[in-house]
Amino acid sequence: MASGAASGGSANTDTYEEARSWLLLPAWVTLVALSLIPVLLMLVYSFLTKEFRGGVIWEFSLAAYDQFFFDRGLFGDDPATLEWTYITIFWRSIWQAGAATLLSLLIGFPTAYFIATRPETSRPIWVFLVTIPYWVNLLIRTVSMKFLLRDQGPLNDLLIGLGLIDSPLHMVNTNFAVQLGLFYSYLPFMVLPIYAAVERYNFALSEAAADLYASKWTTLRRVLLPSVKPGVIAGCILVFVPSLGAFLAPDLLGGAKNFMIGSLIEEQFKGNAGNWPFGAAASMILLTMVLIILMIFARQQARAEREV
Amino acid sequence: MENRDIAIDVKNAVKRYGTFTALKQISLSIADNEFFTLLGPSGCGKTTLLRMIAGFEDVTEGTIHLYGEEIANLPPNKRPVNTVFQNYALFPHMDVLENVAFGLEMRGWSKRDAKAKAGQMLELVQLTQFAKRKPAQLSGGQQQRVALARALAPEPKVLLLDEPLSALDLKLRKAMQLELKHLQRETGITFIFVTHDQEEALTMSDRIAVMSAGELQQLGTAREIYETPRNTFVADFIGETNLLEVSVDKIAEGRATCHLGGGHELTCNAVEGINVGAKVRMSLRPERLFISDAATESESLKGRVVENIFAGTDITTIVDLAEGPNFSVRTSNSDRGNRRIFEPGNDVFVNMEHGAARLLID
Repeated sequence: MASGAASGGSANTDTYEEARSWLLLPAWVTLVALSLIPVLLMLVYSFLTKEFRGGVIWEFSLAAYDQFFFDRGLFGDDPATLEWTYITIFWRSIWQAGAATLLSLLIGFPTAYFIATRPETSRPIWVFLVTIPYWVNLLIRTVSMKFLLRDQGPLNDLLIGLGLIDSPLHMVNTNFAVQLGLFYSYLPFMVLPIYAAVERYNFALSEAAADLYASKWTTLRRVLLPSVKPGVIAGCILVFVPSLGAFLAPDLLGGAKNFMIGSLIEEQFKGNAGNWPFGAAASMILLTMVLIILMIFARQQARAEREV
Repeated sequence: MENRDIAIDVKNAVKRYGTFTALKQISLSIADNEFFTLLGPSGCGKTTLLRMIAGFEDVTEGTIHLYGEEIANLPPNKRPVNTVFQNYALFPHMDVLENVAFGLEMRGWSKRDAKAKAGQMLELVQLTQFAKRKPAQLSGGQQQRVALARALAPEPKVLLLDEPLSALDLKLRKAMQLELKHLQRETGITFIFVTHDQEEALTMSDRIAVMSAGELQQLGTAREIYETPRNTFVADFIGETNLLEVSVDKIAEGRATCHLGGGHELTCNAVEGINVGAKVRMSLRPERLFISDAATESESLKGRVVENIFAGTDITTIVDLAEGPNFSVRTSNSDRGNRRIFEPGNDVFVNMEHGAARLLID
């Protein structure tokens, strides 16, 4: 009797399991088709030989990775020394993306806090306002920003008009412009997860901290921030990762001096001058780096969530 | 020094939110070392008053003094009072010991001293073995005790408790009521306790302030409030009561003679502010009435039994009065030998103990 009931129960569970795996099929197909196959393709291409008019020759080669890391002189027969060009570009990209993430956090956190502390009825309006610029294509917005920042652009006109500066500030093709572009591109990705976390935050905790003699600053540091940490980490990932691979902002606002990984990769696949295996190898190196960074973040995230 | 024995002195405190007035001119003094309760239904302003004392709400008008010092304009972190919050508001990312030590650290104690003192507080609430747990790993009753320990650790001059027991089940609530009362005696700290549960208020408090619609209705000991309610609101909110509409005919030697709609006469103690000719309500507690099949004296009302409701410790008999509304009469089950329980349909008389009737101002 008892065993009959037990086996009936497990049969039911199996049916549910099956139904669940079938329902996941579209997601799996999409993931494999749009994510796994392209990445595998990249991986394969990065180990092939380059064709001079673009494309690849199906012949195994480590040349792409060799070119990335080692300098063998003009004719390729000098003793190998470390190639700094691309490592520098990578390093600059990480630095730029990190700075853009920090800037987004500094502006995004107060913004998110502001929205989350509005009356419940007006919060959706504020969220909507944050997303409005994203109804326009990123390319157009980035080009517009270049116009704003030009030597004869409105921003310089304004600063001169206010008497703050005498001659136009040179802003286009600087690190500052790239960071501004990245910050502007990805700010909502910082605001929205933090907003979601702050909205769930129990403000009685802030009252409790104040009641226990904590100043506003201490309350922020010791009670609010640890409570919304998962949202902050999510926001940082969502800004840092796309900033690292971005090519529009560095291309249009940074010029040759401020070349980033995204632009380097993009160039390898453009027209006849490209080098597909090299672009693929650079992509794989970027992907590896992003994965390492994500793993570090994910560990932090898991710890933060365990604590909350 | 003259105000030394007054812990909290609220004078003409008003709280307005836009056009809505949450508190209308409240004045009350709470004595040092007192267990004081603010009692009232939700929306009566009791929590608002507590939050004004804590510093979470500013005072629209009036003053609040803490041991003679004006505190109405101090931010909450500058007031030597601590709060036990309704849903405890324990810091989820800190363990129990860190929670309790938090206030001490903020007051400038070293980490080591704060933890040592927090450990003592945990001993006081019998949670020593849970020091390293996170609040989420504790039961409701345990969280409640952590909140208490946390609020008591910095030795506040006054402890504010905002419906701290409302989230607990009945048994635990009863146990915690006693525990709170003992803690208050042990620590000697003035407690201000907010609740909507009249039974809780009666059991624990030295004095009770009954509030309704932003106004103070009555202030007194549990006994005063229960036995001599000032008005209909208090009589009805505290315990159960029967209300009769009466007219006052004569007042002499501290006794008032009144009559009911049908002309039946009743006498009871006179109340200041109620004069001859006034049409007022009379409150009669069900447990101070008894039923008989013959009129005993003038203080009895004719009626017919509608039903008997058995409720464990006592039986409530509903009587349809000839000259008034339905009345409840409560007979204790320990009294069964002396009191007869009448069946529905029986014609009976409802008699009242001497001093059971109380005239209400409005």
